[in-house]
Amino acid sequence: MTGEKLAQRNYYGKALAELATEDPKVVVMDADLAGSTKTSEFQKVCPERFVEVGIAEQNMIGIAAGLAASGKTVFASTFGVFATGRCWEQIRLGVAYPKLNVKIVATHCGITVGEDGASHQALEDIAIMRSLPNMIVVAPADAYEAYAATKVLAAYDGPAYMRMGRADFPTILPEDVEFEIGKATVLREGTDVTIVGCGQMVSSCLEAAEMLEAEGVSAEVINMSTIKPLDTETLAASVGKTGCCVTAEEHSIIGGLGSAVAEALSETVCVPLERVGTKDTFGESGKPDDLMKKYGLTADDIAEAARKSISRK
Amino acid sequence: MSEHTIAELENIANILRLHVVEMTYAANSGHPGGSLSAADMMSALYFSFMKHDPKDPSWDERDRFVLSKGHVAPILYAALAEAGYFPVEDLKTLRQVGSKLQGHPVRGKVPGVEMSTGSLGQGLSMACGIALAGKMDGKDYKTICMLGDGELQEGQNWEAAMFARQNNLTNLIAIVDRNRLQITGDTEGAVGLEPLPEKWKSFGWNVIIIDGHNMRQILEALDKAAAAKARPTVIIMKTVKGKGVSFMENNAGFHGRACKPDEFERAVQELREVIE
Repeated sequence: MTGEKLAQRNYYGKALAELATEDPKVVVMDADLAGSTKTSEFQKVCPERFVEVGIAEQNMIGIAAGLAASGKTVFASTFGVFATGRCWEQIRLGVAYPKLNVKIVATHCGITVGEDGASHQALEDIAIMRSLPNMIVVAPADAYEAYAATKVLAAYDGPAYMRMGRADFPTILPEDVEFEIGKATVLREGTDVTIVGCGQMVSSCLEAAEMLEAEGVSAEVINMSTIKPLDTETLAASVGKTGCCVTAEEHSIIGGLGSAVAEALSETVCVPLERVGTKDTFGESGKPDDLMKKYGLTADDIAEAARKSISRK
Repeated sequence: MSEHTIAELENIANILRLHVVEMTYAANSGHPGGSLSAADMMSALYFSFMKHDPKDPSWDERDRFVLSKGHVAPILYAALAEAGYFPVEDLKTLRQVGSKLQGHPVRGKVPGVEMSTGSLGQGLSMACGIALAGKMDGKDYKTICMLGDGELQEGQNWEAAMFARQNNLTNLIAIVDRNRLQITGDTEGAVGLEPLPEKWKSFGWNVIIIDGHNMRQILEALDKAAAAKARPTVIIMKTVKGKGVSFMENNAGFHGRACKPDEFERAVQELREVIE
């Protein structure tokens, strides 16, 4: 059921390169990491609208705000830790507050950054971006959705944050998948438990659902690729049917998808909820797969959380 | 914009000062000290130098002004109101619930305010973005950014300074209100900025040093900055914090507080005496 392994950032770069000709208002910025974030794909075809700021993320966001105030659609990219934490207050004042048309697109989010260690593993970015008024937060499930989301965000007039991983990982959606801001999709229907994932954890959610099926447990899987605004309607409809919920994210359980879902459920359908994510801890260096195991972020962990959630009904 | 004599511009500066004193008194808060030191430059910008149209705040060809030292919003609001962006009567709503005149400037709320500022050290980056967009689009507008001197302690300014030079933003003019006082007191006693002109020079900028209360020098400096063919230009204007009201001058206490009733009477009287 899963397709070939592809890196989201490559499809982000591909979408940007197309936007270079599709939309003359698009300007792309990077902070010395264009080769890694793949904004270099835009730079190759449109150097006149590519802005290199050097290693200066705070300045990048300020410049992005100025460009957007002058009618540009700005994509500003670097690694997740630097794109959000390093310049959070610049984003708050310069972009979110005046609702300017800046897309902060981060790569290298989550623990699968691997060997670089905790300094480079963004596990708090959803939390801090989600707290900003006017900010949309998107975590596409695979490379195809990253491509689609890039195009949609380019057409949306306002601030947005999109997070992607570093590694190649399995595609789970059709190549021509459509993305809509704020719209979750049910990838698999089930009746016993709702598993809500974002980013590359969605493929593990599907894997967990298969494991559960072998045990006679019917799991519904939702791809919550927009974390803000959260698709509460789809979520509530699903848990209304299944009666319990699990969230899965390559991010801290504090402030991320798990928190967003907990907030929404507490105000709609109160059901048992288990959150899979990092548990108030930093990561460390290591091979991505080893880290996913050590920090409890595998399909096995999701399946176990589902069993626990069901037992609490 | 319109042709004003030096005497007229000096007079407008004092009218703006009176507005600052009155509006911060009405709000019983705000930042009069740095507003008064910037008054002469603001008069020169909005009533002589800048190409702008208060009837059409988003006119494509307008010069853009970014107030990096956003806490002196009162002087910006006074200039915008006097220029005709909104009624002068609105000034007394400063800092009140529901007012467009927030404690620090907000883009989209006030006609003529280009960017939201108030957290120091960010305006020059924003101005770089606006200036860069102008170059990309082949426009000949100027982008002017007013900075406080104390805020140059924020490192982001120097990131922006390097970027402006790298991208040859000749259409960018930075103005440093060098009144030498921050909340703590003397800037040099907090974290010293000197030698300030040398710092900007070493970052690749043209540097013009003037007396920020001498209208002729202000106008000449702006014309010179606008004519720059290479490099961005910074005008370091030596000013007096609280300028125009005797007991507020060089008084760091008036950085962030309004006049008390007796002080208010004296301040208004002093300013009315010099206004034609």
